[in-house]
Amino acid sequence: MNYNWNWGIFFQPNPMGTGTYLDMLLSGLVLTLETAVLAWIIALITGSIVGVMRTLPSKGAYWFGFCYVEFFRNMPLLVQLFLWFFVLPEILPKAAGLWLKQLPNAPFWTAAIGIGLFMSARVAVQLQAGIGSLPRGQKMAATALGLTTVQGYRYVLLPMAFRIILPPLTSEFLNTIKNTAVAITIGLLELTGQARSMQEFSFQVFEAFTAATILYLLVNAVVVTGMRFLERWVAIPGYITGK
Amino acid sequence: MLGNFDFDVIRRALPYLFYEGMTFTLTLTALAAFGGLVFGTALALMRLSGLKLLGRIAGIYVDFMRSLPLVLVIFWFYFLVPYIGQWLTGASRPISVGAFASSLITFIMFEAAYFSEIMRAGIQSISRGQPAAASALGLTYAQTMRYVVLPQAFRNMLPVLITQTIVLFQDTSLVYVLSITDFLGAASKVAQRDGRLVEMYLFAAVVYFTISCIASFGVRRLQARIAIIR
Repeated sequence: MNYNWNWGIFFQPNPMGTGTYLDMLLSGLVLTLETAVLAWIIALITGSIVGVMRTLPSKGAYWFGFCYVEFFRNMPLLVQLFLWFFVLPEILPKAAGLWLKQLPNAPFWTAAIGIGLFMSARVAVQLQAGIGSLPRGQKMAATALGLTTVQGYRYVLLPMAFRIILPPLTSEFLNTIKNTAVAITIGLLELTGQARSMQEFSFQVFEAFTAATILYLLVNAVVVTGMRFLERWVAIPGYITGK
Repeated sequence: MLGNFDFDVIRRALPYLFYEGMTFTLTLTALAAFGGLVFGTALALMRLSGLKLLGRIAGIYVDFMRSLPLVLVIFWFYFLVPYIGQWLTGASRPISVGAFASSLITFIMFEAAYFSEIMRAGIQSISRGQPAAASALGLTYAQTMRYVVLPQAFRNMLPVLITQTIVLFQDTSLVYVLSITDFLGAASKVAQRDGRLVEMYLFAAVVYFTISCIASFGVRRLQARIAIIR
């Protein structure tokens, strides 16, 4: 392979004047993490609400949850980001659309909210499965103790269900981090975006993508280790994973 | 808002969207699903084989692919494949492979990691007695896999395999980052040429939604049928 390797490229100044190429990649990493964390918060909150709705006895709530999940699962994430970014400001009333378009950091907010809602459908399905896997007796016992439906969910069902679905939630969080790379298409310069622009400026394709790859692997390792500790910490005594 | 919605733009773009775009998307999906399944099954067999080294190699490959964003993998292969081609053929310059070949290789390599985990679960769902019975009948390892284990594993995993293929169908839209004319690429080219982003992106969303919805409805019916048999 007659490719011109140059690993020193990371310590050369980047054309943006914001330090070295390495600084450029690290700023992309920070943006990736910020987007992922905000998206994850949105996904957890909306996903939990929709997931609970899918388990309620009410037919209306169930159907709302069903339609919500189908809507967000049956469209590519890229198309959803385009809808939020290009279409939404146009079909809103003029003033609101203009405000959206002039929002500073629009790609960041669009990506975080779009990816958050996309992932919320997955969180909802996981949570529904988690609640469904609990023995029926738990809900009955909660009712027998005089807890209302809200209290039953708050004190009995949800604490159990969330602990059970912690492993799949970990992989959904990793997916959220990976999905932030799609935001490159609406101009967000996250880690993949920065690696791409580093490649365009310096022509050092493989160094740029190798560095991005290593950073993604590191983030993965940190998340997996952190979640393993969390899993052990919240384990339910008496269950297989428990102490 | 919808007052100046121009349906005619969509109608005029239909041939381009479907003959060029959707054909690319569907061909890529079908070939990548097939290739990914074959390669993924091989990876699954490697992981389950008694040979520790083979299992480790397959495991590292799968974990590696699954921890990277697809967009980054697309970029990797887009730039890497010409160099690999040059190395394989001994040419003096990087080989230029078309957009289709490059994206097909990317998706086969990427999806294989996901399909291999599905196939591994499928193979592990077969009871131990079956391979034992097969070897009692005098079948070799390859014959046991070919005639006894894999057909059942495929069948058990069919709904999950199709679901993964629906995900793959949606993921192919990411070749947009290479400016390839897949369905979304075609829609976005028309959108930018005619300044009709709202119409084209909404239409693309509706088409993706409809196809995926019908397919996942089919999966649910299939699942119900398989559930009765088992």
